[in-house]
Amino acid sequence: MSPFVAGLGQVGLLVMALAACYRPLGDHMARVYGAEGHWRLERGIYRLARVNPDSEQRWTTYAAAVLGFSFVSIVLLYLMQRLQPLLPLGFGRGAVEPGMAFNTAVSFVTNTNWQSYAGEEVLGHTVQMAGLTVQNFVSAAVGMAVAVALVRGFVRARTDRLGNFWVDLTRGTVRILLPIAAIAAILLVALGTVMSLARGIQVVGVDGITRTIALAPTASQEAIKELGTNGGGIFNANSAHPFENPNAWSNLFENFLLLLVPVALTRTFGQMVGDRKQGYVLLSVMGLLWTVMLAASWWAETHPNGVASLAAGAAMEGKEVRFGIPASVLWEVSTTGTSTGAVNSMHDSFTGLGGGVALLNMLLGEVAPGGVGAGLYGILVLAVIAVFLAGLMVGRTPEYLGKKLGRREVTAAAIAMLAMPTVVLLGTGLALLLPSTPDFMTNTGSHGLAEVLYAYGSAGNNNGSAFAGMTVTSDFFQATLGVAMLLGRFLPILAVLALAGSLAQQRRVPATAGTLPTGSPLFVGMLTGTVVLVAALTFLPALALGPIAEAL
Amino acid sequence: MKYLNNLLRQAGAGLRILLVMTVLTGVVYPLAVWGVSRLPGLGGKAEGSVVVAGGRAAGSELIGIDPVDPRAAIDPTRDRWFHTRPTAIATEGLGPDDVLVSGGSNRGGADKGLLTEVERRKAHIATREGVDPKQVPADAVTASASGLDPHISPEYAALQVRRVARENGLPEQRVRDLVTEHTRGRALGVLGAPGVNVTTLNLAIRDEAGR
Amino acid sequence: MTATTPLHTPEHDPYTPKEAQELHAERTGRKLAAGVFHPRQLLVSLPDAFRKLHPRHQLRNPVMFVVWVGSVLVTAFTVLEPSVFSIAVAAWLWFTVLFANLAEAVAEGRGKAQAESLRGLKTDTVARRLATNGTAGTEEEVPAVDLRVGDLVVVEAGQVVPGDGDIVEGIATVDESAITGESAPVIRESGGDRSAVTGGTTVLSDRIVARISTRPGETFVDRMIALVEGAERKKTPNEVALTILLSTLTIIFLLVVVALQPMAGYSGRQISVIVLTALLVCLIPTTIGALLSAIGIAGMDRLVQRNVLAKSGRAVEAAGDIDTLLLDKTGTITFGNRQATELIPLPGVEQEELAAAARLSSLADRTPEGRSIVDLCVVDHGLPAEPGDDERDGEFIAFSAQTRMSGIDLGDRQVRKGAASTIRVWVTSHGGNYPDRADDIVERVSAEGGTPLACAEIDDDGRARVLGVIRLSDVVKPGMRERFDELRAMGIRTVMVTGDNPLTARAIAEEAGVDDFLAEAKPEDKMALIRTEQEGGRLVAMTGDGTNDAPALAQADVGVAMNTGTSAAKEAGNMVDLDSDPTKLIEVVEIGKQMLITRGALTTFSIANDLAKYFAILPALFVALYPQLDKLNIMRLATPESAILSAVIFNALVIVALIPRALRGVRYRPMSAAGLLRRNLLVYGLGGIVTPFLGIWLVDLLVRLVPGIG
Repeated sequence: MSPFVAGLGQVGLLVMALAACYRPLGDHMARVYGAEGHWRLERGIYRLARVNPDSEQRWTTYAAAVLGFSFVSIVLLYLMQRLQPLLPLGFGRGAVEPGMAFNTAVSFVTNTNWQSYAGEEVLGHTVQMAGLTVQNFVSAAVGMAVAVALVRGFVRARTDRLGNFWVDLTRGTVRILLPIAAIAAILLVALGTVMSLARGIQVVGVDGITRTIALAPTASQEAIKELGTNGGGIFNANSAHPFENPNAWSNLFENFLLLLVPVALTRTFGQMVGDRKQGYVLLSVMGLLWTVMLAASWWAETHPNGVASLAAGAAMEGKEVRFGIPASVLWEVSTTGTSTGAVNSMHDSFTGLGGGVALLNMLLGEVAPGGVGAGLYGILVLAVIAVFLAGLMVGRTPEYLGKKLGRREVTAAAIAMLAMPTVVLLGTGLALLLPSTPDFMTNTGSHGLAEVLYAYGSAGNNNGSAFAGMTVTSDFFQATLGVAMLLGRFLPILAVLALAGSLAQQRRVPATAGTLPTGSPLFVGMLTGTVVLVAALTFLPALALGPIAEAL
Repeated sequence: MKYLNNLLRQAGAGLRILLVMTVLTGVVYPLAVWGVSRLPGLGGKAEGSVVVAGGRAAGSELIGIDPVDPRAAIDPTRDRWFHTRPTAIATEGLGPDDVLVSGGSNRGGADKGLLTEVERRKAHIATREGVDPKQVPADAVTASASGLDPHISPEYAALQVRRVARENGLPEQRVRDLVTEHTRGRALGVLGAPGVNVTTLNLAIRDEAGR
Repeated sequence: MTATTPLHTPEHDPYTPKEAQELHAERTGRKLAAGVFHPRQLLVSLPDAFRKLHPRHQLRNPVMFVVWVGSVLVTAFTVLEPSVFSIAVAAWLWFTVLFANLAEAVAEGRGKAQAESLRGLKTDTVARRLATNGTAGTEEEVPAVDLRVGDLVVVEAGQVVPGDGDIVEGIATVDESAITGESAPVIRESGGDRSAVTGGTTVLSDRIVARISTRPGETFVDRMIALVEGAERKKTPNEVALTILLSTLTIIFLLVVVALQPMAGYSGRQISVIVLTALLVCLIPTTIGALLSAIGIAGMDRLVQRNVLAKSGRAVEAAGDIDTLLLDKTGTITFGNRQATELIPLPGVEQEELAAAARLSSLADRTPEGRSIVDLCVVDHGLPAEPGDDERDGEFIAFSAQTRMSGIDLGDRQVRKGAASTIRVWVTSHGGNYPDRADDIVERVSAEGGTPLACAEIDDDGRARVLGVIRLSDVVKPGMRERFDELRAMGIRTVMVTGDNPLTARAIAEEAGVDDFLAEAKPEDKMALIRTEQEGGRLVAMTGDGTNDAPALAQADVGVAMNTGTSAAKEAGNMVDLDSDPTKLIEVVEIGKQMLITRGALTTFSIANDLAKYFAILPALFVALYPQLDKLNIMRLATPESAILSAVIFNALVIVALIPRALRGVRYRPMSAAGLLRRNLLVYGLGGIVTPFLGIWLVDLLVRLVPGIG
């Protein structure tokens, strides 16, 4: 079987697996966030935390809860890293230096999981488990909670209440992420992923040389790292490391996990708004973008144009033999499309076009299909923009899902839309102003520019993958990338919650023949066009000096 | 001011929830998974799929470590092992290397430095195997993503058979059979790409050669 | 309406007779093609356009303000380092600002002419104010501007009404043509629904006393002037939201350009401020930014041209959003009066015999019903319309509240028609017999929603007998069903409101093709209906004229008051129709939709344009750095300078090219939202992507000939 046909089969298997889980998981999540009662475990959590699970919050309080929770998360994670020598299972690893600790704390709390450190070198098992794994769960649950709050804004009418953040957070963790992650972790161990509390193994190779191979409690973190679209690897090589992702089966399974929740959330959305077609429309847009990106990258990686790749004979630099090119591009497109950022091959070594796809996939705003929750609210914001722009063309005040899009809604959506380009463009511009920046690059010329753009694109979109040739351990990059992650995460969240708050206060307008139809293929095209056009218009100049110049 | 108070109050609740979650997802969950991974059949995998040879841990079947033949330093053709792919962080371009840290080169396909490296590796391998540089496959001259890739392409393995047989005093056919034995195809015929596990293959070669 | 609009007195009329004719055609035309535009208007408005270059004016429009600042910046750099290229870019950037001003000036200019003629009405009218100190009959003459609300004024034949008010005493014919354009005088009387008088109109006969209801400066005419001048134009909600979005896009592109400099610097080439500014201006949505206010002004103007006054742009926009239309049956769906539609003879009576009698009985009847009976006899039975000589000698019996019959006495022969009960009394009192069969027919006609009139005669022999029954029915205006079908396609539900019983109402509702009806409606019912609809999230529009319509007019999202109505009604509604044509509501809805569509279409067009501009400018900027980027120069533009300049010129010219479209509005046909979207996306979305590729290519063919550029 040719690699191409086999690759198609691989894509087919992945899609079938996702399709099989789409309904049950999507419906389950809708039930979870709509459920009246609490589990005993949840009651215990609420009691310990002294929150009243039955009082609902206004958008401002909901936002304050998100911010407050994230703030204490950053502080705690920072302290854990700084105090690492005092924690068990550190195996002599010292305190993480302040810049890196700040960057890492922000990175994991914002669901970016950008790594400016090499995991096996810097972090001990305790920080990995009690610090990073925890944020892998809760940062994902925060994203889902915000998305659900926005959907409630569309569903509810004439109320100022969006739900209770603590309940949404707890349920997302306890009823959705934790059970799936636990099963997935054990399956991953069965497939060969390590799960060890030891520092490493000493081996004496065939050549008689003794070496130490690092070990870590990997499977438990690997499962939630993909499921929660986090992406921070316990090892430096991330999911390319054989201990994280030992074979083609584990690779498919992890690829499936990172797409699972974002894809199924469109079903949850359709279910919650009472019109499944609306969910299918979003899924179609996501699927369309994902497919086009996959095709482009696949073609690029099998038709390399760089001198080194041509000399080698194939674009195998930075790719693992056990995955091959098709599984590498499939993962690349999935991980940059979901804001996961885990990698099973090194994006920096991709071709101009192939790497450009990864970059553009993030710059689309992480909506194909986007991170857990973040993808859903991201695409809903763009849908609001699309409906407003084109909606006027049917001669009515634009309406989406029965809610009118007026001044307040458009303002909120505009802020949510504005945050990411601001962070990415200003960050990249600022970094390139520094004369020292080229010293931190592995590559030069247009590819070097792409490394910087990728860094801020990844941070601003909370993706976390990297053109890892960029050395980002200087204080400037630790700080600015940290700020980029914070703004890229919380500005849109605030705007989205404000949008939800103002939508919830409206009454629902019944749809008529005069209403812009948002459940149709036409709207799929319109929304896709808006997503692509907004990103293209914002980033074409930067892309032209980076990947486009390299690809042509 | 009112909003700040609200923020502080929420942060207080947030801290309490976070601590509970830390216990649940940061202690109970990983330890539970760890506990389950102690079950027979999982334990070996959880601890790194160690291959034991002669009562000693000889490596992990998942981790590729480029073996060193001291004779090769003088004459590259006098090298008895199958070699893994180059490792980006290795100072010499091809192994040996420090397996404690993983990672790739992160050089783009158009990078001049990478071109130099590829050409150097190609020449080195061609000399080692006594073949035309054109015959050296792509995976042999490019660094993997992890630097720990235990697999090489069947083509690269085939290229090394003659030398390995010669240097171990084994019949070429026997070595070829061993390569086949340690070649893994695509799972279900579609997943991943075919590869030869260098770690286990070299152990088999050592056993076969008896030294 | 008359052929030329009376709002334009000849000396102020900026239109040639031909233009006026087109204006008229446009106003009376069925479809909303609307708005003539003549290049001459551009010239006329040029001075205004220059005046608007003042930064204070520019600040009101964020998008154009950025262009203005850019123009200043480029001009400064051009002065420092003049070159053909920099001078050309500076000039065209100024043109861009100017063209935007021009669009607004042209739109305003159309209204100004109307305002001028309206000011003519505000001559120094002298009011005859009645003293309020109780001494009856004392009058004092005060200037109209000194009148206060509550003042009583006397107006006699030939005098101009000094202010808006309600007649408290008297009846008069009033010439309202100055405001409505309707030349036929109207009757205004105290009490009832026809008591309102408007300042600036002329009393033709009799004497009235009116109580002033509006402060000077806020009268109808004042408001009309403010409206057509656009002086008090506030941005409508959608316009505000759109401005926010356009500002956001502007900020994004500002960031794009700001961040581009260090990127280019890293890549090895600094870009000049002139080029960066040119890029910025090309990218920000200048097309829609330039035309946005013109679209709003033109939308209001289209409404004024149809003789509808909206108190705010918000109401016009709301009209586009209407989900439910409440229409009064009488006068809107059906002709104002019932008409004879059938003659039903009793057994033993010939059809011709009944027709002859019916005609005779109605010859004297000048009511619309009476005339419709004669018409029926003429059309269906070939009888003469005018009374013959012998008939002229007869004694006409007019309808009176006492007799409740009308007819004619020709010698001994008497013919009567009237309500069945009256005729029964008349026939039996003259010794005749009122047959049961007649009762049956009367009942049947009533049940079918008609009004039965019995017709009887006393012949020369003194025999009284009933001849038959005349059916009077509501006649649905022609074309109503089609209109309602269109409205349905647009997603608008029509509800007919009538005082008729449910049976009658249903019959007419079905005939007219409305979606629903409210029978035996009292004003409270109307109000309740509006509230229910609004509870369900629907927007409601209605027309009304009576004082008891006022609460409902106020409650409705769009309330169109008839100009003939009371001032209470006019005050409550958010629009006034000077023609008092209830069906105009449908046009108002279409105008509202058209305004939104125009905004959306031009926004889409504007943004879609950017793609081509990138393809023009990006290769031009960076081809020196990366020669392979020349592959992006798919338009094969001559040089980097010509490429950039062509994009800037196209960007400016497209504004001028679209001014007529902005003023006239995007063509609108009533159809479903899906259909509209598909069509407009194709034209303005896809068109917006393709057009600039062609346009920039064409401009470049010329620009490359300029020395120093090509």
